[in-house]
Order: sequence, then structure tokens, then C-alpha cells
Amino acid sequence: MSTETLHQTWYMTQRQLTAIMRQPIFLVVTLVQPVIWLFLFGALFHKVVELPGFGAGSYLDYLVPGVVVMSAVSSNMWAGMGTLEEIERGTLNRFLTTPVSRAALMNANVVQQGLSTAAQSVLIVLLGKLGGADYPGGVLGLLVLIVVSALLGTVFGASSNAVGMLVRQRESIIGINSFLLLPLTFLSSAFMAPGLMPSWMRHVAAFNPVNWALVSGRSAMAADPDWGDVLGRGGALLALAVVAVWLSTRTFRSYQQSV
Amino acid sequence: MTTAAPAVEAGGLTKTYAGGVKALDGMGVTVAAGTVFGLLGPNGAGKSTTVKILTTLARPDAGTARVAGHDALRHPDRVRRAIGVVAQKSGADPVATGRENLLLQGRLHGMRGTALTARADELLARFDLAAAAKRQVRTYSGGMQRRLDVALGLMHRPQVLFLDEPTTGLDPEARTAMWQEISRLAGDEGLTILLTTHYLEEADRLAERIAIVDRGRVVTEGSPDELKGELRGDAVHVELRDAPDEVDARLLATALGEFAAVREVAVDGRRIAARADDGPAAVPHVLAVLEQQGATVASVTVARPSLDDVYLRYAGRRFADAEEAAGAKSAGGAA
Ligand SMILES: Nc1ncnc2c1ncn2[C@@H]1O[C@H](COP(=O)(O)OP(=O)(O)OP(=O)(O)O)[C@@H](O)[C@H]1O
Ligand SMILES: [Mg+2]
Repeated sequence: MSTETLHQTWYMTQRQLTAIMRQPIFLVVTLVQPVIWLFLFGALFHKVVELPGFGAGSYLDYLVPGVVVMSAVSSNMWAGMGTLEEIERGTLNRFLTTPVSRAALMNANVVQQGLSTAAQSVLIVLLGKLGGADYPGGVLGLLVLIVVSALLGTVFGASSNAVGMLVRQRESIIGINSFLLLPLTFLSSAFMAPGLMPSWMRHVAAFNPVNWALVSGRSAMAADPDWGDVLGRGGALLALAVVAVWLSTRTFRSYQQSV
Repeated sequence: MTTAAPAVEAGGLTKTYAGGVKALDGMGVTVAAGTVFGLLGPNGAGKSTTVKILTTLARPDAGTARVAGHDALRHPDRVRRAIGVVAQKSGADPVATGRENLLLQGRLHGMRGTALTARADELLARFDLAAAAKRQVRTYSGGMQRRLDVALGLMHRPQVLFLDEPTTGLDPEARTAMWQEISRLAGDEGLTILLTTHYLEEADRLAERIAIVDRGRVVTEGSPDELKGELRGDAVHVELRDAPDEVDARLLATALGEFAAVREVAVDGRRIAARADDGPAAVPHVLAVLEQQGATVASVTVARPSLDDVYLRYAGRRFADAEEAAGAKSAGGAA
């Protein structure tokens, strides 16, 4: 990647971050939602830790990574809406007729979404701490959680952008997202210990990237991390994120046919 | 200067969109460097599609396109460095300020430092946006946004500027101001401009050459005067102070008829009607002939055929009717 592309990526990222800061409502909404999940699920499932075989001390400890990961999915899967808005407004077309590299345009989305996801994750972790959650894995464990949630966010953000550019319809994004969010979350160990899931669900979860992020994050956050799990699932997520970003950059070509 | 290669040279362009809409059907356009060229046509004629292809945004199914000396299909990156684009839809970022929009545009074109900021401020001043420079663009009026769009297109000092309907939606005052700015760009800065418009008046006023586009191809092309001249004839009306008697009237008609520049001479009482290929040029001769014959002229008027007449002739329908048809079609179809 040339230094010019890096510069361009920075300028485009800066533009997006400024836009976010200027729309505080948007910030508030993306932050309030995880808070609600944290306290609703926390209250609702409070007692599940008492089930034999759950294997965690407090449900809040178990829940924090679940909400971090679910929030990463749910906020990034709407990225395509922003892309659609930029297409409709003509902003994307304006950029595409300048010498800016396509990689810089897509990378700016990735960097911005990654930073936003990381900020959101940090906030949830802090809220959890405030509510009395314990993080035996320390700062390193939390760092891994934040990195894998950002990677997972990238997978969903890039895919959502690609869908936005290909189908150019809000309804499709809304449909896909409402269809995917709950199954992806509940076919994972987000809220329920794998040992207590039906075995078919456990098998499905093994192929669910959402679960990879959870396994990787939770392992790293344990008092005695299994680094094989952390790096194995984390590596798989990284690979998936790279593929998703590459594919979304490719969608510029098909966009050129339909513009 | 006239031997320079054309700034825009495209031919045989075809493009069919996914839904089966044939947007371009053998479209071609050649724009000499340093001139203003107008693409005139009703809704859906293919003007924007042509601009999108020339500005490297869209790819045609077939055809060739060279812009500023580069092949737009094979080296789009080189073309992008040489062109400024003002699309039909404003592309400005509404949440950023006017100045931020300009700075980013310049940076994407590789401008840095004081060259960048000085250029942005110069354009803000020139397009009367200096006072609004630090306001978010979503607070701008339509006219202000359009001026910013043009400023964005000019930021990196392009060789060729594309203006897709630069004045649509502007009030008459803003439109006149925009016309003045476009004329200035073409005149003082030697920029090549390709503009599209629905307005006959706009094409007539700004463009040295015009192509009339209908259903994805050029139906006729020339300077506004050539196009109107092709209709063979301005109407020349002369009113005499006194009605000539019958013999004199015949003499006058014969004298005028001998003279090649005018045709269809008819004398009716005090009024003489004739057609001329170039009305204004014929007037002095007509006056000279009448004076020789001893007739005293009270008034002379020359009515030029309008571009609307040209459109009618080549597209086979009135411009306004074509607009209406396209409007009805798009209102009936899906959004
Ligand atoms: N992205 C697209 N997908 C499908 N069809 C399109 C697309 N863009 C344009 N068309 C169709 O192609 C034809 C030509 O459109 P184009 O936008 O080039 O016309 P135009 O001359 O610019 O019209 P207007 O004056 O309304 O801007 C129209 O029938 C239009 O509906
Ligand atoms: Mg158009």
C-alpha cells in the first residue's frame, strides 16, 4: 500500500469520525442499546449461573463479553445504510471521480468502524466493572476481547457495505439484519454456557464467527487463558475480516456497472 | 491552439442498464480544447450516463472515450487527475463545513499545505461562500450548495470540467450568477467545459457548440447559430412608412428576390415579409435595396428560429412534450 493511500485513508477516516462526533444522537443510541442489554439480560438470567455445569461465578462476569460481541455485530451490520446514504447523496460518486484509491475508501470505513467498536466495547467493559463484574484475565484479556470484537465488527461492517453497494436498497439491509442478528447471537455462547446448549446448537456454534469472538475473548479473560483457543479463533476471525474487506473492495467494480 | 487534440473524444458509446433500459445507443461527442460544449436533451436522454462514462464513474458496454488525452476506459486514474466533476446530484458532505469539503477534495487530489488552504479560501471567496465557510453544508441554501459543488469541481484546477445540469433548481438570479461564472471560467481560464442542460436558453447562451441528445444518441450538432441556421431561415419583417402601389410593390418584390440571401418575399400593403438564412446579415442589404427603390422604412425585425424549433425538427417532438413524456414515464415507474 502506497503512502498516498495511507494518507487518503486517514483523511477519509477523519471525515467519518468528525461526522460521528457531530451527530451526538447517533452516539447516544449506539451506547444506550448495550447498556439496556447489559442490565436486561443481567437481571433476566441472573440465576442461570446456579445451574449445574454453567461454570462461572457471577452471570455479569459471563455476560460482559456476550454484550460486547453482540453490540459489535449489531452496530456494524448497519454500516451499509451509511454507504447507501452516501450513494444516494452523490458523495460516493464524487469521491470515485477523484484519484482517491478504492482501498482507501473502504479502509476508512474499516478503521472508523474498528475505532467505534473498540470505544463501544471499552464502555461496556467499564459499565460492567461498575456493576461489579470481575475480569480475572486482567488488561491483556480485555484487550483481546476488544480486538476480536473489532475484528468481528469489521466482518459485519464490510459485508454490510458490500450488500449496500450491490443491492442499493434499505429494505434488503433491514431484512438481512433482522434475520441474522438473533440467530447469530443465540447460536453462540453469548448468553448461555456451551455446556448447557443442546449438542446440535453447539455444533452449529462452532462455525459461527460470533462464537469465535466469544471463545477467543472469554479464553483470554480467564484467570488461566488457553492461548491456543485465543489465537486459533482470533486468527480465523482475522482471516475472515481480510476476506470480507477484500470482497467489499471488489464490489466497486459491480457498482461501476450499475451506477 | 486550434490544432490541439480534442479535450474530449468519445464515440460509439452504448450502455444498457440491468433493467433493460438502453441509456446510450451510439452516443458520441467531441469537444475542442478550451471550448464550452453543451449536451442538450430532455429527461432520460442519456446526458448523465454520458457524463458518468466520461468521468470514469460508469463503464460503457461498447465504445471509446478519451478525455484530456487519456483513455478513460484503460487509464481512468489519469483521467481523474485531469478532470473536475459537478454531478447532477450534489456530492458535498452535508455534515462537513464548506471549507472542510474543499480541503478534503484538494487532499484527495494530492494538494497539501498553503497551496491547499489558499485555493480553498480563494474559491470560497469567488463563489460568495466565505461567510458560510465554517457552516455545515446541510444549512446551505440550494444555490449555495450548487456553488460549492462547482467550487469542489474546480479545487485542483482541472483541465476539463464536467457540469451536469449546473443550474437546475436555481432561482433566476442564482442562475444568472452561475452563467456569469461559467462564462468567466471558459473565457479567462481557458478551461474546457462540457455541460448538460434541459434549458434551451442556457445552451444557447453558454455553449459554443451544442449536441442535441435524444434516446441515447446525438441527433444533431453544431453551434447554436448553425443549428438555427439549418432551419433555413430567420423571418425578416420590414414595415414601410407608406404602402406602395401595385406596380411598385411588384418592383420591390422583384428587386429583393434577385438577391440570393433572401427568399419567399411577400409584399402585403406596408409590410414586407421574407426569409433569410442569416437574418441580421441580410438586413443591411434589404435596406439598401429598398432605399434604391425609393421606399422609406419604418421598422425592421428579425425573428430567429429557436433551439426549440431545432429540437422539434431533429427529435420529431417538441422539447416540452419530450420532457412531459419522460416525466410521466418516471412518475409511473418505480422510484
Ligand atoms: N443507475 C441506473 N440504473 C438503471 N437505469 C438507469 C440508471 N441511470 C440511468 N438510467 C436510465 O437510463 C436512461 C438515461 O438516463 P440519464 O440519467 O443518462 O438521462 P439524462 O439525460 O441525464 O436525464 P435527466 O435530464 O433526467 O437527468 C433513463 O431511461 C434512465 O432511467
Ligand atoms: Mg441527468
